[in-house]
This record gives sequence, structure tokens and C-alpha cells, in this order.
Amino acid sequence: MTQYMLSVIHDPDQAMPEGDDLMQLFADVDAVNQDIKAAGQWVFGGGLEHPNSATVVNSAGGKVTVTDGPYVETKEQLGGFWVVELPDLDAALKLAERASAACRNAIEVRPFQPEPEI
Amino acid sequence: MASGAGTSNDAIARVFREEYGRCVSTLTRVLGDITLAEDAVAEAFAVAVSNWDPDDLPPNPGGWITTTARRRAIDRLRREATRDARHAEAALLHGNDDEPPEEVGPVQDDRLRMLFTCCHPALAPEARVALTLRLLGGLETPDIARAFLVPEPTLAQRIVRAKKKIAEARIPYRVPVDADLPERLAGVLAVVYLIYNAGHTSPSGDSLHRVELCDEAVRLARLLVELMPDEPEAVGLLALLLLLESRRPARTAADGSLVLLPDQDRSLWRGDLISEGQSLVRACLRRNRPGPYQIQAAINAVHADTVDGSPTDWRSIVVLYDQLMAVAPTPVVALNRAVALAELDGPNVALAEIERLDLPDYQPHWVARAEMLVRCGRPVEARAAFDHALSLTENAVEHAYLTRRRAEI
Repeated sequence: MTQYMLSVIHDPDQAMPEGDDLMQLFADVDAVNQDIKAAGQWVFGGGLEHPNSATVVNSAGGKVTVTDGPYVETKEQLGGFWVVELPDLDAALKLAERASAACRNAIEVRPFQPEPEI
Repeated sequence: MASGAGTSNDAIARVFREEYGRCVSTLTRVLGDITLAEDAVAEAFAVAVSNWDPDDLPPNPGGWITTTARRRAIDRLRREATRDARHAEAALLHGNDDEPPEEVGPVQDDRLRMLFTCCHPALAPEARVALTLRLLGGLETPDIARAFLVPEPTLAQRIVRAKKKIAEARIPYRVPVDADLPERLAGVLAVVYLIYNAGHTSPSGDSLHRVELCDEAVRLARLLVELMPDEPEAVGLLALLLLLESRRPARTAADGSLVLLPDQDRSLWRGDLISEGQSLVRACLRRNRPGPYQIQAAINAVHADTVDGSPTDWRSIVVLYDQLMAVAPTPVVALNRAVALAELDGPNVALAEIERLDLPDYQPHWVARAEMLVRCGRPVEARAAFDHALSLTENAVEHAYLTRRRAEI
């Protein structure tokens, strides 16, 4: 089994659906979540707050810097993600197809590195 | 073998051409890793080159190579005491290649698994072509690079990256389940057709054809039909390629210049390929599950009927293009339909159709436009259209042909 990250590629400044449309979106995403859990594929997942709420901390150079805002200033940001455990890429692409329709955004599928054995 | 050991050894080179794809495909299933499989098969061929008597090959050379490659791979994994290798060895010992495969569906040939893996939609299109030629055709990286006029390091990197993605993202080594098969098969057929087209009119360079790509595409199409005989579009693609191949000897004159269909010497057309292609088209018609490749094959079957000197049945061709437009309504199909329509309704009608199409960078569009303008008696615009076509032409033979046509106005 391989763990995959399904990232929701989202433009945070794009208008969200409203009213019934928004309720439908929530219901669709919830249905996907329930199915992932029922299939025993769920590792973790959730939606993220607006990128404006992000803070970048960098102490890689020894000195600590703290900066307001997201690290990469692009139009599209990470809007949320699922981490799922699946047998292969075909299964991941299939799930991504459903997830993308449910959350009305593109999904990037990326495998995790296998855990190093110690 | 295109390079390396055995170049002078025709018998072993032939075994390599015929068996390489099968050996690597089987070893990939057994070892669970494409690169390991390639290395093992290369090693086995090296052993064959030094041990085989070219006049007395083993009775089953492919089986010999596969067995030798497998033993060598096991030996190597035992020698290399890394953790990864122990894993692979465990997989090797547990995975017995005599066991029936776990796949759903009737197909069990490893080469089919390899084809679907190489043509996986998660790989970049140019990587699909390169991997297919490398792993199933056994073409060497420099040869593929030359055929596609890509720098060798670029192509080598493309192949390495694709193999890495297959391993890291876990692109499965299997034939897709029935529900996914039509879409995935269409992707495989597209790669084979792309390989043929690159061979039929080389994207650039001094010669019109890249024969090794044409040959390889036909071989792959034959393989697909052999492995999936009930897929009408696979049969359609094979028929289409055979019928295009049948005319290839007439497509260049003795001096290497381009000769288009109406002017071709019919006696140079290959009757064996025509009859094979036409009988496949008839089989498709009986099956009555038409698709784009089958219809294109049928169009070429109508052209092939002129081999005996009889006139082209343009009405049938236009009807077939109408069918093709119904299943694949692309501007390129519309362009080809318009060119055929000129033979029924005249160049003015065809030109009006052509001018409506949005194909600004498609060279054949400008060639067709130029030819129709010539026939409509509008030489100034025709020359301009030829100039535009020439600016989009990188193949030297095509360039010379268009320059000549322009001068003839």
C-alpha cells in the first residue's frame, strides 16, 4: 500500500458557492470522506483557512525569521488535502476524480516516500 | 541490436528485435522493477552474444534469454546485500512467474501490461512514446532521440524520469479492468499512431520517412490485435497502418522527393499489405462497432481500390468522412473532408470549408488552402498560402516539394 496526498488546488479569492450550492458542496465532500473511511483508506484530511492566516517560520539557517502570509505568493494555494492509503496510482486517480468533482477544484495527486526502515 | 555487442551478429540481432519486449515485460512482472528487468535482459543478451553459435540458436531463444536474465538478476540481488535488494529478492522468491496472474479479464501477456504502463495517462505524452519504443521495441535511446530529433540527453532524461514516476507513484503493472479499458486502450492506440506518423512524415530532417518508426508502429499494432483480437479499434488501427504502409514505396521518387497520392505509381503499391488491410476493414464492417481508426482505415481502403487504375470513389470517401466527423469532430478531420469534397463539388466549395477552419499553425491546412486557391485560379493568394505552409515545414523533402509546387503556379 502507498500513501497519497490529494491536494485541493484552490484560488482563495475566487467567490465560494453560496446557499444551497454551498450546502451541496459540503454534502458532496462529506460523502467522499465517509466512503474513504468506510473503505479503510483514510489517514487524515481537512480544509485549510484562507492563506492570509498563514505564518512562515524559518530557522533552517540558524537564525529564526517569522513572516506573515503564505510562503509562495501564487494565485492558487493549497485549500485542503486528504492523505489516503491506496494500492496504486490508478486507485488514487480514481478517488481524485471523485474528490475533484465534490470540492469543485483541481486535485494534485502525489505519493509519499516510503517510510525508511530503521 | 542497434548498438553495443552483437551489431555484426544478424541472428542474435533478430532475436533481440523479436524477443526484447517480451523478455523485459516478463522480467518486470517477476522483479517488480523496470530498470532491474532491463539490466538483467541486457546482461542475458551479452551472455548470448558470447555463447551462442549464430548458425545453431537455442530452440526457444526468448525463453533462454528470460531464464538467463532471471538467474542473473537473482545472483545480482544476492551479491548486493542492501536492504532494497533483500526486499526485491524476497519479492522474487515469493512471486513465482508460473503462477497465474491475478488480473481480471482474459489477457495475460506481459507485453500488454507493459504497453498499458508505458502509455499511462499520468505520464507525459512524449514520455509514453519514448518508453514504448524503448521497452517494447527494444530501440536504443540514441536511435529514439535521432528519430524524434531530440537531443540524446533530453530523451534519456525523459525515460529515466518516467521510469522513476512509475516506481514512485506506483503506476500499476496490469491491464486495466473492463470499465476503464476503452479509454485506456484509446491512449495506447494513440501512442502507436503517433509513432507511425512520426515515421511516415518525419517532423524534420532530410528524409521523408523514418522507416524504423513505421516498422515499429506496425509491429505494435499487430501485437495489440494478437493480444486483444476483440477490440475493433485495435484492428482498425492495424488496418489503417497497413494501408498507409502499402503506399509508402510510391510516396518518394527515385531522387527522394515527395509524390502525393494522385501522382503515385500504383505498381509500386504493396499488394500484400493492401489485401491484408482491406480484409481487416471488411472484418470491422461485419462487426459493425465503428470508431475513428476503423473509419480512417475504410477511407484508405477506398483509395487502395485504385491500385488497378480504376478512378477514386470520392462519394464513398466523403460519406466516410461524414461518419468520421460524427465520431471525431475535429478541425483536422473537417480539413480532410473538405479536400475530398473538392473532388465532388469543386474547389470553390472546398475552399469555403477550409477557410472556416481554425487551424492557424497546422501545416497541412495551409497546403490544402494553397492547392484549392491554385485550382480556383487565384495565384497571388495561393503563393501566399504556400509561403505560410513553407514557414511551418521543417522536413527538407516536404519543403522541396512545396517550393516546387509554388514555382509551378
